[in-house]
Amino acid sequence: MKAFDFKKLILPFYAVIAFVFLLLPIAYTVAFSFNDSTKSNAQWQGFTLNNWLQVCVRQGVCEAVGSSILIGVISTLIATVLGTMIAIALVRYKFKAREAVSLGLFLPMATPEVVMGSGLAAEFFNLGIGQGYLTIIIAHVMFCLSFVVVTVKARVQTLDPALEEAGRDLYANPRRVFMKITLPLLMPGIAAAALLSFALSFDDFIITYFNGGQTVTTFPIFIYAAATRGVPAEANVIGSAVFFLAIAIVLFVQIRSSLRNTRLAKLK
Amino acid sequence: MNQNSTFSGADLELIDVRKEFPGFTALEDMDLKIPAGQFFALLGPSGCGKTTTLRLIAGLDEPTKGKILLGGKDITNTKPHERPINTVFQSYALFPHMSVLENVAFGLRQRKVADPLAKAADALKLVQLEHLSARRPQQLSGGQQQRVALARALVNRPSLLLLDEPLGALDLKLRREMQIELKAIQVEVGLTFLHVTHDQEEAMDMADTVAVMNKGRIEQMGAPEALYDRPKTAFVAKFLGQSNLFIGNVEDENANTISINVAGNKISVPKARAEKHKGKIAIGVRPEKAFFHEEEPKLGAGYNLIGPGEIIDIRFTGVSNQYLIDIPKIGEITVFAQNIGKSPVTQVGQKVWVSWKVEHSFGLSDLPEKTTGA
Repeated sequence: MKAFDFKKLILPFYAVIAFVFLLLPIAYTVAFSFNDSTKSNAQWQGFTLNNWLQVCVRQGVCEAVGSSILIGVISTLIATVLGTMIAIALVRYKFKAREAVSLGLFLPMATPEVVMGSGLAAEFFNLGIGQGYLTIIIAHVMFCLSFVVVTVKARVQTLDPALEEAGRDLYANPRRVFMKITLPLLMPGIAAAALLSFALSFDDFIITYFNGGQTVTTFPIFIYAAATRGVPAEANVIGSAVFFLAIAIVLFVQIRSSLRNTRLAKLK
Repeated sequence: MNQNSTFSGADLELIDVRKEFPGFTALEDMDLKIPAGQFFALLGPSGCGKTTTLRLIAGLDEPTKGKILLGGKDITNTKPHERPINTVFQSYALFPHMSVLENVAFGLRQRKVADPLAKAADALKLVQLEHLSARRPQQLSGGQQQRVALARALVNRPSLLLLDEPLGALDLKLRREMQIELKAIQVEVGLTFLHVTHDQEEAMDMADTVAVMNKGRIEQMGAPEALYDRPKTAFVAKFLGQSNLFIGNVEDENANTISINVAGNKISVPKARAEKHKGKIAIGVRPEKAFFHEEEPKLGAGYNLIGPGEIIDIRFTGVSNQYLIDIPKIGEITVFAQNIGKSPVTQVGQKVWVSWKVEHSFGLSDLPEKTTGA
């Protein structure tokens, strides 16, 4: 019989530990969304579906989620449209300040959120803009924009300019070339950028807190406020739901593309 | 595709067209006229400006100065989508997010032609790909993609079709097949084709007229046979096929011929086949028009004879052998001999004389950078 090889176990062991470390908080969140708690959701009290079935009963939970979704959708739309246009301009047009613009777009990603949030708040105060949805959306567009530009830019760089030239050559005016060729080919990048942008906006606490958190309660702000009295189980429900939705989107995309690949492989 | 009568190419004219990029001039004051219905080839090494010429004609770049006329109409300032010109791109540039059929129908849809899908299907039939119309371009082989690109351009019945090294990505056998097919389609549809290539065999094989380009200028233009038979510059003589070139001062002249002296050998060229008649000139001959002799032959005035030299290399290429002969004080000369009988007919190291008919010599207008050799 061969001697037990301890070395062979190191890597699998490490992998398991890493995954536990990564996934345990999520498993914990999901599990405690079924906790039959009344006040504090810190101790396991027993299994119940009530939190899921009556998620909106508790004051403020669903309103907060609604605000977050509204802010997320609007800022994502604005950031994605602006970011895509900037990305195309940065790759396709040679202008003097191109390098400087690229660097400038990178700065918000490198700046600590606290600094950006407080700076922006001071700016709004000096301009006399009252805090509310408007200021939160402006703030979110600002930090999402850089991420959209970076994501879409990578896609534009892989786009063969000959494809757009072929479109122009085949009687399509510039607008049609953009709608029929450029945009569809950039779509995967734009969609990824939009999802990322929504996730960033939905998740944001710090910048939101500085720029309207007192008047508009977004989901992260609600949780923060509630946390002083113990996080309610409904927060776990919303958190788990968002998590499962994200998984579902990934699965849907994966399955669809693998189905298409098999269909294409059959044609060959 | 089957209504030949509605098809008609237009003639293309470039007048004094110049294209400058920051730092260099890609095209120097080019004048070019391509008659309607011709298969015209622009031949040259990479970087000679042939693709720039094509892009200017397609409208993808704007000339620095000069005019472009199509069918007599000035199109210099029109946009690419306003020109009745279509291009087969070097990379094919098929739209990856559309089926083959939709790719071909794209131009028809943009011009709102009735029944685009049926016409696109007809065009695919012309290139024998109707069975692949539902596929995506990435699922096709290189040769099939090339044909889709051709169908996508042809279906629009442009006045002028531009082909940018369309066969460059194909292997040799497929390239030869496509050359024949492309030529057949051009004859069938009767369009004006402008074909850009660096492959001299391809240009000579397919085109009615070949223009040899070098450094942003057209060096020489004419029918393939004429270009090959009488190149006028050293560049053309070397780029289009192979040439043996000899340089010397004109020392003898009679009514019909001039002769130069190269290391004691007299080499003659008919006056009518020489660009320059005085001073230091270069005279050339094609390797297949030269012969070698193992004994010094007795030849009349109608022949050039040089030697003796020594065979230093023999290369077997199937239909012929290429003999490299070193002649003292002249240099290396290439002679092709068909393998009709025994092959090779002689050995490396054999002492030989080289001869050719004076009427096969050609005199160049300039001097090559290197003195002799093929």
